[in-house]
Amino acid sequence: MGVDGIGARVARKEDRRFLTGKGRYTDDMSVPGMKYAAFVRSPHAHATIAGIDATAARAMPGVIDVLDGRQLLADGIGNLICGWMIHSKDGSPMKMGAWRPLADKTVRYVGDAVAIVVADSVAEARDAAEAVVVDYEPLPVVTDPVQALADGQPQLHPEAANNLIFDWELGDAAAVDRALAAAAHVTELKIFNNRLSPNPMEPRATLGIYDAGDDHYTCYTTSQNPHLARLVMSAFYNVAPENKLRVIAPDVGGGFGSKIYIYPEEIVCLWASKRTGVPVKWTSDRTEAFLTDAHGRDHVSTVKMAFDAGNGITALKVDTIANLGAYMSLFSSCVPTYLYATLLSGQYDIPAIHANVRTVYTNTVPVDAYRGAGRPEATYLLERTMETAARELGLSPAELRRTNFVRSFPHQTPVIMNYDAGDYEASLDAAMAAADWSGFAARKAEAEGRGMKRGIGMSCYIEACGLAPSAAVGSLGAGVGLWESAEVKVNMVGTIEVMTGSHSHGQGHETTFAQLVADRLGLPIDSINIVHGDTDKVQMGMGTYGSRSGAVGMSALAKALDKVEAKAKKIAAHLMEADESDIVIEDGALKVAGTDKSVPWFQMALAAYTAHNLPPGLEPGLKESAFYDPANFTFPAGCYICEVEVDPETGRTTVIQFVAADDFGNIINPMIVEGQVHGGIAQGIGQALLEEVRYDDSGQLLTASYLDYAMPRAEDLPSFTVSTSNTPCPNNPLGVKGCGEAGAIGSPPALINAITDAIGNNQLTMPATAEKVWAAAQTGN
Amino acid sequence: MAKITMTVNGRQVSGVCDDRTLLVHFIRENLGLTGTHVGCDTSQCGACVVHMDGQSVKSCSILAAQAAGSAITTIEGLAQNGELHPVQAAFKAHHGLQCGFCTPGMVMTAVDMIRRHGSALDEAMVRAELEGNICRCTGYHNIVKAILAAAHEMGGVRQAAE
Repeated sequence: MGVDGIGARVARKEDRRFLTGKGRYTDDMSVPGMKYAAFVRSPHAHATIAGIDATAARAMPGVIDVLDGRQLLADGIGNLICGWMIHSKDGSPMKMGAWRPLADKTVRYVGDAVAIVVADSVAEARDAAEAVVVDYEPLPVVTDPVQALADGQPQLHPEAANNLIFDWELGDAAAVDRALAAAAHVTELKIFNNRLSPNPMEPRATLGIYDAGDDHYTCYTTSQNPHLARLVMSAFYNVAPENKLRVIAPDVGGGFGSKIYIYPEEIVCLWASKRTGVPVKWTSDRTEAFLTDAHGRDHVSTVKMAFDAGNGITALKVDTIANLGAYMSLFSSCVPTYLYATLLSGQYDIPAIHANVRTVYTNTVPVDAYRGAGRPEATYLLERTMETAARELGLSPAELRRTNFVRSFPHQTPVIMNYDAGDYEASLDAAMAAADWSGFAARKAEAEGRGMKRGIGMSCYIEACGLAPSAAVGSLGAGVGLWESAEVKVNMVGTIEVMTGSHSHGQGHETTFAQLVADRLGLPIDSINIVHGDTDKVQMGMGTYGSRSGAVGMSALAKALDKVEAKAKKIAAHLMEADESDIVIEDGALKVAGTDKSVPWFQMALAAYTAHNLPPGLEPGLKESAFYDPANFTFPAGCYICEVEVDPETGRTTVIQFVAADDFGNIINPMIVEGQVHGGIAQGIGQALLEEVRYDDSGQLLTASYLDYAMPRAEDLPSFTVSTSNTPCPNNPLGVKGCGEAGAIGSPPALINAITDAIGNNQLTMPATAEKVWAAAQTGN
Repeated sequence: MAKITMTVNGRQVSGVCDDRTLLVHFIRENLGLTGTHVGCDTSQCGACVVHMDGQSVKSCSILAAQAAGSAITTIEGLAQNGELHPVQAAFKAHHGLQCGFCTPGMVMTAVDMIRRHGSALDEAMVRAELEGNICRCTGYHNIVKAILAAAHEMGGVRQAAE
């Protein structure tokens, strides 16, 4: 390992620009002639549109134009789509209701876009948007997914009777029922997974530029996957042909899933730029973000877990209702199905599992993937159930888990996944040691002396990262392949540019991807540049989400580097009149093993391009690309332990200690991995203690600003104790697994288990606000 | 419309803007200094923190006209002669940033916090002082570490100079 290579705590190359205010986010972009957009949004959760009158708005200062859904429809711009087809258990396809980028007949949630105003300034655009008169005829509203399924409720889409999108199942229902009937003990629980807003600090923004001279479109946008945005906008929405559309996602200020999807604003601003003849920029404000960024989670579940007399789990039965909001967002259908039910075996050897999932339309903002996407929901359900079962069975939570851990690999679960490697006991032991589990009783007694209730809770999670073999996801309904691409361009003087289809929005790819190159070639990290986020510069890509950048994106880079190295060795062998099998690459040179002969890297690169002295038939140049399609998911896993104190007088919970012990396989940059875990834990603690998107019965969003939606602040969180153990992933060339989501997956159940332990009442829903905890603490179990 | 003159990062600047223009928009749109960010519309997130006459302020909660005649420092004015300010350097060394969007506001808040408390800062004080800044990426763990490290270093420098 070189100083900059794999495993080194290299400080990030990208930090300087962020620290000096030189980051370039979409809202920072300006182009000549640029104008500003504001959207007219529905104040009703459900209504028909009887008419739109923009006369007054058009006459206001600075207004260029006001455009609505009828014009969009006339120009042939298509509906937004959901890209993952799920079939109900009766074989029928999911019921996809129409989602117009600008609603033309019906609005279905507060914030649904109705029209766009383009004006000289943001303020003038917003003023004029206020002046657009929309004649709404309000309709009845339903926001609760359980209620929405009942007869006689408001119907959102004619395609979906009783608002049911699909009724899907996975696993063997009969086997589960038999095991439940024969069980020595059954633990039953009702689980709510609260609706969240991802809240990246950078609000979504988009700048649409139509160039009439070349009939060409450019879209700057806050996206986690610009290539997918280009594909979907051209192939499905008819905004622009793929060969005339460039999508650029420059610096992006956090995504957490919410910037995976294609939103109406990207489509509409591009279209509006062509319509008005000026570049059009729109930037969300925070209230718009709460109203329109895809939300996360929102499950209601019942669970039954069967045990035999030896405390072994014999079956798991799960019934989940998932609220998908008013429309089906791009990946929404796979989140509560193949990203959720397939992880319900957790770290445990469970012979029989059956999951039934119903997804439902309601008059709320669309719900889609948020950090973890299905895995946090599965882990929360499973780990709350394990903790409850341990208490019912009179066992320590660690003992029950140990009894049921998967211990031999590969392990085929009854719900599709084939775990490739892991050591769950090692993570559990590491976490318990770091948390001083055995000393808890004394700490609890000390806290009781101060009138405080102290509790400890654990959670053992597994997730599936690195989505996934294209053929496998295709067979499950995915609309795209989930490979990744990379191109390595060795410049004439030996410096290197890597073009990757992965996208960095905080993960530090400019550093970690460069570390891989530095490691392989022995070059200084400053001689390596990572290029991403621009469909005109990078050949192809599928973007960054689901912790796939290391396992899939860097594996593609490793494959491209294989080709670069092979060609470089050919050239060097020729220059030194040696056999290419004797050439080794190290310390920035190509050497003949066992001799003192060597050619510096830069000299080999120059030779590749001067082409004066290449092996006969070898193409000049040194630029190689590769696609990588993963052989399997990767399976990071770990154990999280949380210790809390609850003030019985106020119900306020203080997180005293938070320990994470993760197995991420091989690690490229431990500093960055730790940072990812910290951030994930913070979002998990946020879900468990503070955060919840709330609507009232009329569908008005009650949590539409940071005054009402409780984001975790520095004082809400402790410092974290993190560690890693590493069983390498056998299915990719780097042995990496993925670390971006673990914290958000593992932490909510650990925290809720700790609070329920402290207050002696297992009935508690997230977020565990002081009011709820106080009330629960009064009653006991 | 009003013509406004102020000193920004040591240089006198002026511009014409609406009476209702907020300082943050004046800095970003009129002056082209886009390091100062807008992350919310209720003055909760702190991505827009700058220094006004030496004190940290949320530039989304002040009209540009109110700042006329004052001395403003933005994130672009912190590094001197290409050398990162010790707080910037500490954020880099301790991985106190990920997506970088809240970072300018965090750094400006931290500089003012250290100016007021120096090496007396401890973890609890730093967390309390960050009440007005939200980070969604880092869990604050490394931000707190970075600020304490910078406070220690700057406090040491100050003592040495005295």
